[in-house]
Amino acid sequence: MLLIPCPYCGERPELEFRYAGEAHVARPADPMKTTDEEWAEYLYFRSNPKGIHIERWRHISGCARFFNCVRDTVSDKILKTYKAGEPRVDLKQFEKGAN
Amino acid sequence: MSLHLRTTQSGRINRSKPLTFTFDGKSYKGFHGDTLASALLANGVHLMGRSFKYHRPRGVVTAGSDEPNALVSVGVGARHTPNLRATQVELYDGLVAKSQNAWPSLSFDIGSINNVLSPLFVAGFYYKTFMWPNIAWKKLYEPIIRRAAGLGTAPTSPDPDHYSTRYAHCDVLVIGAGAAGLSAALAAAESGARVILCDEQAELGGSLLSDLHATIDGKSASEWVAHAVQTLSAKSGMVTLLPRTQAFGYFAQNFVGLVERVTDHLASPDKKLPRDRLWQVRAKEVVIATGAHECPLVFPDNDRPGIMLADAARIFANRYGVRPGGRAVVATAHDSAYQATLDLKAAGVSIERIVDLRHEANGALPNAARAAGIRVDVATAITGSTGSLRVKSARVSKINTDGEEDIPCDLILMCGGWTPSVHLFSQSRGKLKFDAERNVFIPDISVQAERSAGACKGSETLSDAFADGFSAGSDAATKVGFKASLHSVTVSGVHEAKGGFLGAVPHPHDAGRVKAFVDFQNDVTAKDIKLATREGMRSIEHVKRYTTTGMATDQGKLSNMNALAIASQALDKSIPELGLTTFRQPYTPISFGAMANHSRGDLFDPVRRTPTHAWAEKYGAAFEDVGLWKRAWYFPKAGEDMHKSVLRECKTVRETAGIFDASTLGKIEVVGLDAAEFMNLLYTNPWSKLEVGRLRYGVMLNEAGFVMDDGVVGRIAEDRFHVTTTTGGAPRVMNHMEDYLQTEFPHLKVHLTSTTEQWAVVAVQGPKARDIIKPLVKGIDLSNESMPHMSVKLGKICGVPTRLFRMSFTGELGFEVNVPADYGQAVWEAIWAEAQKHNACAYGTETMHVLRAEKGFIIVGQETDGTMTPDDVGLAWTIGKIKPDFVGKRSLTRPDLVKSDRKQLVGLLPLDPKTLLEEGVQIVGKANVPTGTPALGHVTSSYESAVLGRTFALAVVAAGRSRIGETLYVPMPGGDIAVKVTDPVFYDKEGARLNG
Amino acid sequence: MRFSFLNLAKQALSAHRNWPEQWRFPETKASYDAIIVGAGGHGLGTAYYLAKEHGMRNIAVLEKGWLGGGNTGRNTTIIRSNYLWEESQGLYEHSVKLWETLSEELNYNVMYSPRGVMMLAHTVHDIQVFKRHVHANRLQGIDNEWLTTEQAKEFCPILNIEKNMRYPILGAALQRRGGTARHDAVAWGYARAASAMGVDIIQNCEVKGIRRDANGAVTGVETTKGFIGTKKIGVVAAGHTSVIMQMAHVRMPLESYPLQALVSEPIKPIMPCVVMSNTIHAYMSQSDKGELVIGAGTDAYTSYSQTGGLHITTHTLDAICELFPVARRMRMLRNWGGIVDVTPDRSPILAKTPVKGLYVNCGWGTGGFKATPGSAHVFAHTIARDEPHPINAGFTIERFKTGRLIDEAAAAAVAH
Repeated sequence: MLLIPCPYCGERPELEFRYAGEAHVARPADPMKTTDEEWAEYLYFRSNPKGIHIERWRHISGCARFFNCVRDTVSDKILKTYKAGEPRVDLKQFEKGAN
Repeated sequence: MSLHLRTTQSGRINRSKPLTFTFDGKSYKGFHGDTLASALLANGVHLMGRSFKYHRPRGVVTAGSDEPNALVSVGVGARHTPNLRATQVELYDGLVAKSQNAWPSLSFDIGSINNVLSPLFVAGFYYKTFMWPNIAWKKLYEPIIRRAAGLGTAPTSPDPDHYSTRYAHCDVLVIGAGAAGLSAALAAAESGARVILCDEQAELGGSLLSDLHATIDGKSASEWVAHAVQTLSAKSGMVTLLPRTQAFGYFAQNFVGLVERVTDHLASPDKKLPRDRLWQVRAKEVVIATGAHECPLVFPDNDRPGIMLADAARIFANRYGVRPGGRAVVATAHDSAYQATLDLKAAGVSIERIVDLRHEANGALPNAARAAGIRVDVATAITGSTGSLRVKSARVSKINTDGEEDIPCDLILMCGGWTPSVHLFSQSRGKLKFDAERNVFIPDISVQAERSAGACKGSETLSDAFADGFSAGSDAATKVGFKASLHSVTVSGVHEAKGGFLGAVPHPHDAGRVKAFVDFQNDVTAKDIKLATREGMRSIEHVKRYTTTGMATDQGKLSNMNALAIASQALDKSIPELGLTTFRQPYTPISFGAMANHSRGDLFDPVRRTPTHAWAEKYGAAFEDVGLWKRAWYFPKAGEDMHKSVLRECKTVRETAGIFDASTLGKIEVVGLDAAEFMNLLYTNPWSKLEVGRLRYGVMLNEAGFVMDDGVVGRIAEDRFHVTTTTGGAPRVMNHMEDYLQTEFPHLKVHLTSTTEQWAVVAVQGPKARDIIKPLVKGIDLSNESMPHMSVKLGKICGVPTRLFRMSFTGELGFEVNVPADYGQAVWEAIWAEAQKHNACAYGTETMHVLRAEKGFIIVGQETDGTMTPDDVGLAWTIGKIKPDFVGKRSLTRPDLVKSDRKQLVGLLPLDPKTLLEEGVQIVGKANVPTGTPALGHVTSSYESAVLGRTFALAVVAAGRSRIGETLYVPMPGGDIAVKVTDPVFYDKEGARLNG
Repeated sequence: MRFSFLNLAKQALSAHRNWPEQWRFPETKASYDAIIVGAGGHGLGTAYYLAKEHGMRNIAVLEKGWLGGGNTGRNTTIIRSNYLWEESQGLYEHSVKLWETLSEELNYNVMYSPRGVMMLAHTVHDIQVFKRHVHANRLQGIDNEWLTTEQAKEFCPILNIEKNMRYPILGAALQRRGGTARHDAVAWGYARAASAMGVDIIQNCEVKGIRRDANGAVTGVETTKGFIGTKKIGVVAAGHTSVIMQMAHVRMPLESYPLQALVSEPIKPIMPCVVMSNTIHAYMSQSDKGELVIGAGTDAYTSYSQTGGLHITTHTLDAICELFPVARRMRMLRNWGGIVDVTPDRSPILAKTPVKGLYVNCGWGTGGFKATPGSAHVFAHTIARDEPHPINAGFTIERFKTGRLIDEAAAAAVAH
């Protein structure tokens, strides 16, 4: 089981968390102005990368906060976590040392 | 007692503690410290099993967990345990063991006909036949194959033992307690680190336990081990020693699974002890010291009872005090077998010959053997054997000659070298490299905080094992932050041992017709592997699956390298090019019980009960599971079944009143300046203008526009909403709200608190509802004018604070009394006492379902299934018309969500008022439609109605609202049922009864 | 050489020296009429039907590893068609019908065994959901019958029907024609038959790019063995679909999750059928070798690691031990993991894509094995005719845009 570094609580076992999907999938500011394609993109289409992924987790049995997490989906190694609302990290810093 | 097969030296068994055990009904004697295998050998019993496919007679090949042949069932009745390795079964007095997979007996087994038919049963044969006629596979061939397959039998009654688990954290986990492991543990422990040391064997010490020659810092091997264990035990607070504990799985981030066998070796274990204990360990650093497996030689008929690995024989002699035979032939390609031979000779076994595959054997050990008068033939292969239930002779042949010599013997030892045990390292996702000089795969690049020490990393000498161990232990402790000092020991009495051979041993026979076994348990021979490559299986994974080599319960520990070598030769590829198959947990099989451990029976899942549960139980309620909750389903009186009880409860509620526990519904307190705006965004309804003290039925959609949950919401203050959800949906709704609040709308000044368990809720419904609660309520004017339908007031009931909701899910005058949960039972009982005065009743969830259905109220999860929009279920009216945005709004405009033929909520009245439709039945437009006709919809709720005096149903039907008045049909095996489509509200359409 | 008992016996006489290779190992050609990316069961099957039914033999299947190395390499092999929505029923039932004669069709024993698939109901909600399935299936001509608790135990004698279970069994829905088959046999069977018809199966050939012309239509694939030209590409890459489709700049509604499963040591027969429990998350059958074959749901996070957490296995086994108490003393022999691609409505995509000449078959999640022949058959049609077969017409990418989901998960998941 993964050991996940919650930005608020520190490293806790995976059982305390719930996965919350790809991060930074922003809800359109004005949904009624989106096309059906744009809206479907928001609802359903995801990057699903084989490699570095930015995703969300929620520390449901701890602080109950959602936060962001950079993880390599090939090795499952967690590279970084950061709070919700903070800007999307630049993945360039992980590309070399990843995996 | 056949003491003549016991050596004079005891080994590590306790001769002062004799035991009696039975094997296949026959009684034998052994000693405390024996395994079943060593005790059987001591009694001259070599025949311990029959192989899986060919039912060939088999004996032990190893002395440990890599044993492929000697699989036995131990125990009787519910404690019958199949497929145990005789080499790992620790003997206790009264142990009952049986062989497997043979009938009628081990020595006369009908299944051995398979051996005769073996040319047909070649690898992959079942893909090529059993196909005709088509029906025959299922009816004839498969049942026969299934009966012949399998090894042992399962017990027929439930397991009476219990199992447990522990989570453990440590600085350094050391896996394996041989020379390398013990030294690593000593080094780490000395630095002050918390250490866990585990070993799959009953005693710590590994191969040191059978070493009679080494001196380590002047001590004998066993003395050194005893001293090391004593040193580690003395640090009992910081060091955890776990014998009988295998590390079976290496997971992400140094999470390692161990299983400790706690009681299997005890005749009468303390009932308080678990049988197995799962240790889930998170270690800061890991040292893998798992040793190496001896490799068999692949030669024709290398599987007879009495043919075993050289080091296994040495272990039986030195550790268990057993002479595994009288006359031995030794076949080897590695120096280590010479030490084994010398030890066996010292134990009284007559050595007929050593044949060595290598062209020369001039190391210290071969020379010592020659000096002891043993004949050594180099460049000579073992090319066959004779004997049926026990080996009778070895056939040897100078390499590349045709002549074969027959050497009578009753024991053949074989040694093809040593395979480092890299399973756990590989599971850790580390990268292996192939050492072409020694033909072994060894750890190369670690990706986790671990390192290997000793034979498992390719070290070949005892000195190196100690050096590796001390270094690894120090390194591990240092990485955690401790100060570790350097250790070393001086080793003498041990000679260098090199060599090794992989692949099929050359022989003068027709390779296509002999059986040279690679995987003993699955009866996979060298020619099977060659056949696989001939048929196009060029990947080692294909070879494995086609032949099943490596897929038996020993998981290829003895066979993987030889299989790889044979395949690589057949494919003309190098071994590293072909590569290894993936290593997967568990290292050796582990019990389901250990994995399930505490999670069984009452502890399988938590039970959530309401404050009135005990009362309901006492009152005879039947309960249903709703998620984790137990909800009172109905309250049968004497002689009533559910049907009668529900009819009575419904009637009573509508004519008088009833009380119902609604405590399981989710409750969320939404508080803040932006509370109303938040509610606007999360629900279809508009909330801004809802007055303080009023209620509104809220509908929640997911972002895809489908109804997700519903519930009545009360505005307690400008900035405070008391939100309710469905019972099962509470956690989902809370998570959904928090998700939006934290990540989409973080600017909103509002916070959420789950209050599901903080409020007990007593629903009082029916014409007498007000009369019932009035005497108990203080501070609230319950009159219709002051407290209209859909309002909430704060006050006291029975002296405790209450949020009193005037609302109704039944369509009758009704209230829901919310009180702090700790007062729930007392308030319920007080309301019940009042209710009794009016002859009101208690009712359960079934009645609640019927009454709301009569009013056309949906149940989320019953009328909806995650694919219904608000309009589909007649709830478009809840949508706030001028709200610019809410979760789900955009999706509602998608083409498929606005189509006119979508399924819509309607009522159904079977033309026969006594016919009760089954929930889930399909609805079609005509009578007697052909199979394959698309359905128009289905019945979601169906009941008999006390107040209507007939049956009725709710359904969702394509363009349902436009079909009101039509007759549709429900196809049933016994004949179609005709139904009339109606409005979904069956009772008191105007809602007059609500406003009393 | 034809597979038959006669030939097996004949070959035994010559020590099996003359069995030919089951498939060819050709070099790649410069171009093909169609290329299938992914040599799993669905991909190899697609190639088979393209050759057999559409006369397209100048085709290749490209596989980055070894053929049949994904779900056909290790699988819990459950076959059933007792799905809820009519589109799903059509697709899986089509597959079941093809399973019934597949061994004969391919001259390869895929060991199809209709031993019955029983879905357990533990709550009132379960009963409602399964009865809806029973009635919906019956109307569409798919066998599915409701059993009482006692009847369920009769069908599977080791099932625990004690009333004091945490979630007692209240009944079950049984599809008698459901069952199991041998996973590697399916892949190898399709591979052998396709290869014999001239289909080139190119293993160890990884697709690295998709080339398109100025109009956006596909012109070929870049691979580790060079560029191969083609006007039709069928992507059947399961967990790696997003990776491949990204090469054509097509985003997918997919997420790839780890799926674990396990087998016990082989024991004599105790489990005559397949039993599934959605409520307590586990399912089990027994292979012809005697191993108990056990699975459950995915790990919680997306991953290409092909491994997962121990807690998934422990939770699966605690459920199994509750359902089958005699299993508690059985031992887990091996646990494995793969990658499954999951769609938002848990139904697959078998469709044309916005890119001309590019077709995709994916999104089977944890349930792809059962659909192998049916999926392959209709996908071949889709590629050959450049339009879907009626059976897969609804399984488009567009449905996620228009809102016409085929949501198999919805009914099961929602509890009141």
